[in-house]
Formats: sequence, structure tokens, C-alpha cells
Amino acid sequence: MSSIISVENVAKKYRIGELRGTYSTLRESLAEAIRSPFRRLRKKEEPSQFVWAIKDVSFEVKEGDVVGIIGRNGAGKSTMLKMLSRVTEPTQGRIKLCGRVGSLLEVGTGFHPELTGRENITLYGVILGMGRKEISRKFDEIVSFAEVEKFIDTPVKHYSSGMYLRLAFAVAAHLEPEILMVDEVLAVGDARFQRKCLDKMQDVGKQGHTILFVSHSMSAITRLCPRAILLDQGRVLSDGPSHQVASEYLREGLGATATREWPDISKAPGNEIVRLIAVRVRAEDGEVHDIMDIRKPIAIEMEFVVLQGGHELTPNYHFFNEHGVHVFVAGDNDPEWYNRPRPKGHFVSTAWIPGNLLAEGTMMVGAAVTTREPEKIHFFVRESVAFQVIDSVDGGSVRGGYGGHIPGVVRPMLKWETKYSSAQSETLPGVAEVTQ
Amino acid sequence: MLNQPILMQTAAEADKSPADEHPARLTSRPLIIIEPGKSQIAARIKDLWTHRELLYFLTWRDVKVKYKQTLLGAAWAILQPVLMMVVFSLFFGRLGIFDSNSIPYPLFVLTGLVPWTFFASAVTTSSNSMVGSAHLITKIYFPRLLVPAGAVAASLVDLIVAFIPLIAMMLYYQVNLSWHILMLPPVVLLTTLFALAIGTWMSALNVKYRDVRFALPFVIQVWIFVSSVIVPPGVIPLRWRWILLLNPMSAIIESYRSALLGLPFHWPALGLAAAVTLVALLYSVFSFHRVEKTFADII
Repeated sequence: MSSIISVENVAKKYRIGELRGTYSTLRESLAEAIRSPFRRLRKKEEPSQFVWAIKDVSFEVKEGDVVGIIGRNGAGKSTMLKMLSRVTEPTQGRIKLCGRVGSLLEVGTGFHPELTGRENITLYGVILGMGRKEISRKFDEIVSFAEVEKFIDTPVKHYSSGMYLRLAFAVAAHLEPEILMVDEVLAVGDARFQRKCLDKMQDVGKQGHTILFVSHSMSAITRLCPRAILLDQGRVLSDGPSHQVASEYLREGLGATATREWPDISKAPGNEIVRLIAVRVRAEDGEVHDIMDIRKPIAIEMEFVVLQGGHELTPNYHFFNEHGVHVFVAGDNDPEWYNRPRPKGHFVSTAWIPGNLLAEGTMMVGAAVTTREPEKIHFFVRESVAFQVIDSVDGGSVRGGYGGHIPGVVRPMLKWETKYSSAQSETLPGVAEVTQ
Repeated sequence: MLNQPILMQTAAEADKSPADEHPARLTSRPLIIIEPGKSQIAARIKDLWTHRELLYFLTWRDVKVKYKQTLLGAAWAILQPVLMMVVFSLFFGRLGIFDSNSIPYPLFVLTGLVPWTFFASAVTTSSNSMVGSAHLITKIYFPRLLVPAGAVAASLVDLIVAFIPLIAMMLYYQVNLSWHILMLPPVVLLTTLFALAIGTWMSALNVKYRDVRFALPFVIQVWIFVSSVIVPPGVIPLRWRWILLLNPMSAIIESYRSALLGLPFHWPALGLAAAVTLVALLYSVFSFHRVEKTFADII
């Protein structure tokens, strides 16, 4: 089966410097024409006048794939989407698209503020490539999806920003193209509408439509897309199952991985009493991983060497989330060593984080060994290792089947109890009178 | 390794994918190939055709939006030429400095102002249309030619409205219609094509050189004086009259008078105007297509 999208060695060059951002005037152009022989000479001296926003990017997407494109700001994500949606043309290479392309690059671009909701649905639909008949067929569905029935004949300039975006997403979501490109539009609207959008996207995916989803939210990508492409400085850094790519992204972004070792003991963190050898994040199966399933326990392992015996030593971990929130501290309370002096030798201390405790996202681990009495910090490596907790919609976690964003720094699975009484019950005084 | 196409889906996954159930689906779809520098004329024309509904809706949008939040609305399309007629009639008509070829001067000037107002507004709005649609052009693909074309088409709606006072004036002066009126639609078409040629060219130039925005209103203000709108061509000394021949608008405006008032047509001048329009249109559409793909990067 051939691919629905095929990108071959695509590159895009932008000119930077004086002419970028400002528009040229006729006078400048005339002056340049006079100077042109010298200009050409100078260009050779200044190759830095150009920047490659995308360089040698190749990938293929098969029909029905849902692919996430991830990368930090300036990685070339938007340029890539613009080329795929034919807004701008590549400088080199070739892109083959097989089918109707619908792009959702920025919600509401096709709207005119003076026109009513009804008029804008038609206008935006046609701009996105729908036929007039197709729009009138889907009109009611779009309006009810956007929840703007009451305001459908009001100019959209009087809409709240939420209504505006809901309507724009609704139109685009009903486009039903063979290839849908989505650029971070899910960051809009309230949680309930986000859920609807994600559900709609999943529906579109299930119908065999191909989706390219651009985001710098790793959690959204791992949640929605089985496959991800990581872009960095205009190149494909990684392409594969999104869990693998997520781990690559994590390594790139933080410089921290699931394992960190200090082979040279003299340069390792610590002092004459204790020195750190390694910190590792292990999954249930004992393998070192930086992507962890939210439902599974996670082991944080610290390897250290005690150089001077006779001191009480407490290994401890500090957990920070991606927003820098200090989520919790875990001190070693193993009864065998608690409050007891440790002899010289090699130790491996492991703390188990139960499944369904952490929230999804990136977790940085600070590793320390301290003495309680008198209080002394022997070493504290604030960003020793890191891992990514992912929360899929498979169930078994707090998320259940919900596809949207869940706030909070932890996500424990609590035990819930429900007491139920039927409405006719005599134990509820007053009910009888009301029903009569 | 990064330069190789990376095929991630396993064979098992590919078997499950829906295209295998409908093997015809992939072949029946448009195949789009995006490559630098390539632009086949046939593909462009086909593209314009598939987006033809968009032209209608861009026009419809411009018409709808034009007089929103105005008290008088579409009446402005009537008022503009009528007020100009009043002003010119008071100044030039009363003074009687122009011999308007036995036509009452107010009627002479209105028959010129109605098509001229259309031409001027079509050229002005279409030349600014590309820059004004920057938010669309940088986000969504569609044939960009539709943007200036839509602006011209929206002005055409104003032209039709502006015929109302013209008909009233013709009734007032008891003008007898002749078979010459049959030439009106082709002349309107010619005006539209000429406005499209100038507007498209200017809109592309405006993307790169915003000087257009300042220069064009000035050019249009001067242009009216050599387009037989206010000044009857007979008034201009013979040795300068060739300037009018070079300007298609002069022949076009004169042809409106011929068609509406039953005057003789100046066929060679009209033919030349049509030829100039055709050349201008081809040049303008060609140069527009040449830079079309870079618009999103430089706008």
C-alpha cells in the first residue's frame, strides 16, 4: 500500500537579516539593482543571511495513521505544516499528498468579525475547501457541536473568545478531509470542549482519516498519536512509536535521562564519607526506562559507596514536576538501616513509587544522602535523573477513557464508596410529602 | 539514516488499515505534488476551477462587509457618483467651458463617473486585497488569484447599483435607447477585465512594495482627467489626443456613452483598448503566478 503523505528530502530556506520582518520599498529595490554586482559578491561572503528552517526531512505517512509532530519552538514544526498545507513551498525536495488536505493551523483565520455565525460557517467552510452543498448538509451538526445555536445570527465580533473558537473548530472538524492537519488548537476552550475536540479527532482517526497533529505538549501527543516525529533544528531527530520519541524528546529537552552514572569516584558528588555512583529509574520488570506507565510502580535506584564507616546515612529523593513544583520527598525508612550507622562499603537503595500516584508529565529526581543528627547534607544532585509518566486512555488509571487535560501534581487512584437509597425510601423524611 | 524515508508501520498494521478494504479510494483522490519552482499552467487552471465557489463567497463576503455598520448602506454606491456629478456639473457644467458634444453636461459626466467609480474602486480594493488577506494567505492554501478577483467582482455589484441613478437621469433627459445598448455588456466585461489586470498586478506588487498603497490613489486621481470622464475628448487639442488612445479607459468610458446614449462608437479606439486589456491581463496573471508561491513568505 502506498503512502498518503510522502515527504522526500524537503528543505526550506528563509532569508534573515535586514529584509526580514520589514517590507522592501521600491527605492531599496532600485538601489539594490544599481549595487547588484557588488551585492552578488557580498552574498558569497555572508552565507549566514539564510537560515534553513527545515533541512533534509523525509518521512512517510500511511492512510489512517495519526502522527504527532513534536519539537520545541523554532524546531520547524509550523514550517513543515505550512509546506504540507501548500501555504509555502519548499526550497528543495518533494512532497506527495494523496487526497484532500484540511488544515487547522490557527482557529478562526477565515472568519470575518462583521459576519454572523451562520455566514461565517459558510465562508470558512468554503475557504477550507468544502462545497456549498456539503456545508448546508452539515450545518446543523456544526452549530450543535459548537453550541452556539442562540447566537447563530449574531456577528461573530460579539462572540466570546470561547464561542468563536468553538465555532471555528466545529467547522474545521466537520471538513472530513482525507488528511487533517491540526496545529495546537486544543489549547483553547474549557475542559469539556477540549474533551469534545479530542473525541472528534479520535473519531476522525477511526474513520480511516489521516491526522497530523502538531504540538509541543508531549502528554497530548502520547495520548492521541501512536506515532510521533521529533523535529529539532529543522531535522528529524526521531521517528517512531510516540513513547520512544517521547523519551528522546525528554533527553533532548532536559539533558537528563533515566540513568546517570559517575564513573570517576573522585569527581562524583559527595565527600570523604559518602560518594554517589549512579542513579537509575527502573520499571517493574527491572529495565531502565524513561517512559513510565502511570499505572505501574516505578523504582528509583541509588548506588553509592560509603568511604568512612560509622555514620548514620539516609538516602532520599526529591521529586519535581515540569513546572518546578516540588511534589514530594522520599526518605529511606528501611528498618534494617534506619537510624543505624553504616559500615564502609557499596550500597544500592531503591524506593518504589506505587502505580497510580504521580500525575502524567515529566518528573525530575533529585538524589541526596543526608545525616539526620547532626544534620548534614553529604550530596544533593537536584537533577540527577528524569522520567516521563504517560497516562493512556486504555483505562485502569484515574483518566479512564477521558482524553482531555487533567490538572494536579499527583493523580492517586482513590478508593471510592457510594451509599445509595431509592427515592421511595422511608429513611428519607420529607420525601413522602413531596411526592404526594 | 535521517535522509531515508522511514516506514514505521508494520505489515500487520498495514493489513488492518481501511484503504485495503477500499482499494479504489486512493486512486480516485487528487494527487498533489509539491515541488519548488514547478507550476504547470494546466494544473493552475484546474485548481482555479475546483475553487470556483470560493470566488463567489469571497465576493459575497466583500459585498456583505462593505457597508456593514453604515447608516446608508448600499446607497453609498449611488451617492458617490451622484455627488461627484453634482460637484462637476456645478463647476464645469455651469461655466460651460466644455463642449460636451450636445449632451447635457450632467448626463455626460454621470455616464463617465459610473464606470469610472467602478474602475477606481475595483483597482483600489483589489490592489490592497492581498495584503488585507495576509492572515488567510499565511495559513490556508487556495489559488491566490481569487483574492484580487473577488475584490473586483464585489465592486461590480456596486456598478450595477450605480446604474439606478443613471437610468433615472436618462429618463429625465428623455434619452432614446438604440441597438447600441447591446454593446453595454461587452463594454462592462472589458472594464472588469481591465480593472482585474491592473488590480491583480498591483496586488502582487503591493505584497512586496507597499509603495503601491501610496502611489496608486494619486495615479487614479490624475488618471480620471485623461479618461474622458470629466473632460470631453473633443476639448483636448488634436496633437495631444493620442494620449487618450493609449489609455484604454478613455475608449471604454466613451463606449459607455455610445452604448447608453446611442452615439456612434469609435471602433478602432475600442479595439485598441481591448487589445491593451488582453495584453495587460496576460502579463498581470503571468507575473502574479510567478510570485504567488512566495507570497506567504514575504507578505
